[in-house]
Amino acid sequence: MIWNTSKECMSREQMRELQGKRLQKLVVYVYHNVPFYRRKMQEMDLSPDDIRGIDDIVKLPFTTKQDLRDNYPYGLMAAPRSEVVRVHASSGTTGNPTIVGYTRRDLSIWSEVMARSLSAYGVTREDTFSVSYGYGLFTGGLGAHYGVENLGATVIPASTGNTEKHVRLIRDLHITGIACTPSYALYLAEVVERMGIDKSELDLRIGAFGAEPWTENMRREIQERLGLKGYNIYGLSEIMGPGVSYECQEQHGSHINEDHFYPEIIDPETLRPLPAGVQGELVFTTLTKEGMPLLRYRTKDLTSLMPGTCPCGRTNVRMTPIMGRSDDMLIIRGINVFPSQVESVILGMKEFEPRYMLVVDRRNNLDTLEVQVEVRRDFFTDDIGAMLGLKKRLSDKLKSVLSISADVKLMEPNSIARSEGKSQRVIDKRVLV
Amino acid sequence: MTIKQLSVFLENKTGRINDVVRTLGQNGINMHAFSMAETADFGILRLIVSDVDRAVEVLRGQDFAVMSTDVVCLGCANVPGSLAVILEYLAQEQIFIDYMYAFAQNDRAHVVIKPNDMTRCLATLKQHGCDVLSDNEL
Repeated sequence: MIWNTSKECMSREQMRELQGKRLQKLVVYVYHNVPFYRRKMQEMDLSPDDIRGIDDIVKLPFTTKQDLRDNYPYGLMAAPRSEVVRVHASSGTTGNPTIVGYTRRDLSIWSEVMARSLSAYGVTREDTFSVSYGYGLFTGGLGAHYGVENLGATVIPASTGNTEKHVRLIRDLHITGIACTPSYALYLAEVVERMGIDKSELDLRIGAFGAEPWTENMRREIQERLGLKGYNIYGLSEIMGPGVSYECQEQHGSHINEDHFYPEIIDPETLRPLPAGVQGELVFTTLTKEGMPLLRYRTKDLTSLMPGTCPCGRTNVRMTPIMGRSDDMLIIRGINVFPSQVESVILGMKEFEPRYMLVVDRRNNLDTLEVQVEVRRDFFTDDIGAMLGLKKRLSDKLKSVLSISADVKLMEPNSIARSEGKSQRVIDKRVLV
Repeated sequence: MTIKQLSVFLENKTGRINDVVRTLGQNGINMHAFSMAETADFGILRLIVSDVDRAVEVLRGQDFAVMSTDVVCLGCANVPGSLAVILEYLAQEQIFIDYMYAFAQNDRAHVVIKPNDMTRCLATLKQHGCDVLSDNEL
């Protein structure tokens, strides 16, 4: 079902006109309310009058995560503090955490775009929907929560943790939908199996998975093991939170709510805009945000845009699955390596559990990559030759996909840390001097 | 007659063998013999224990990857040359030994063999009247 036909199925001309108008208004707003942007524009000899339509967006300055950190905590807030009704913060593993603020209108737009997403997955008022993103400073939990409420389905604010209890609730409350990270969905499937519950005893039919990149193999695996259909939900706290883009029944690219979040794809090196269909770094401008609006925010996510009307009827542009992040990307012996590449190989082999850890190190000035994987119990054999053969098959496949060789390390069951939020998949021990 | 051997997959990590034997000990499972096969980054611990089914259960409960494997256990005299005679019987029948390990006490020795062809191995040993042990004799 399409939640907001007038916005999701708008003609391209109308959409560009709307985006242009909103951009003009936004630029005037930030110029007068955010000293950071006023200074940047003045440095570029740019006045709000220079922005006359959406095509003029390329004249505007970029914003990076570092800018958010440098202006910690409230430097980029445009609305007066009295208008800010909620604040979220990113984990901030390095340096200051990233703080984002929302006005009442921002929150209402957020629950609107979330409702569009859930509706595209097929969620209706009849559904009982469990939100298993972390509630708290992370935007996932509350963002999805208010979207479910706005749509009118029943929300179960399960959050993360206590997975066995959660599985019982899924069964007993006839929960039909779940929002969580794809890695948590796999963990959930494992707990369901360990508890001796058959997926036919569960009523799950819809999964809204996001907050970390995932692959088609992972989708197949989750769908098979939990007996549901899994859809991508994309978002980031700097722009809004979950609901920036969403898949429809086609499961072919995620529709961007581009009346609120204007997407561009740029070359991360030259910062030049790239044409539709070419992969590059995704950049968003928050066309309607009041609390902390951002101009051309560099997401670091690598994807491409797919213009054109979708068979589902929506006209808003789609983005292809995230191929990795320009900052998740590892450069090993000069070769670009994305954890998602390793993941697709591992998920393609039934002998391994769908989790892994990459350990990058430097020995004698040479980068090394170790891929730790768990052998599934059913595939453990007493035959050392067969175990070494299995290891070799994985390392051969990794070599052909990554173009560099990796040391495969077979691990005991349950020895790689499970995650309930975003999973940590890379340990980079290299000390660069 | 074959007996069940317990095989445990282990990462090469200090203290891991101890985790296995401690678990067995706490559950009252006795070890009669074992051998450790190792590669660069993992090993397989093979054991003959008093209760294989229970051992599999308790180790799985501790997240170990374990399985039980059929092996032959032979008894022979603990004197020079006695094993050579038996292995000669197997070699003549072109029976390959994947792995084996042995333990001797006083005048008797016991040899655990994992042949590539169990049926022919047992037939050959029987034909030559070798002392093949069953579980309850251990």
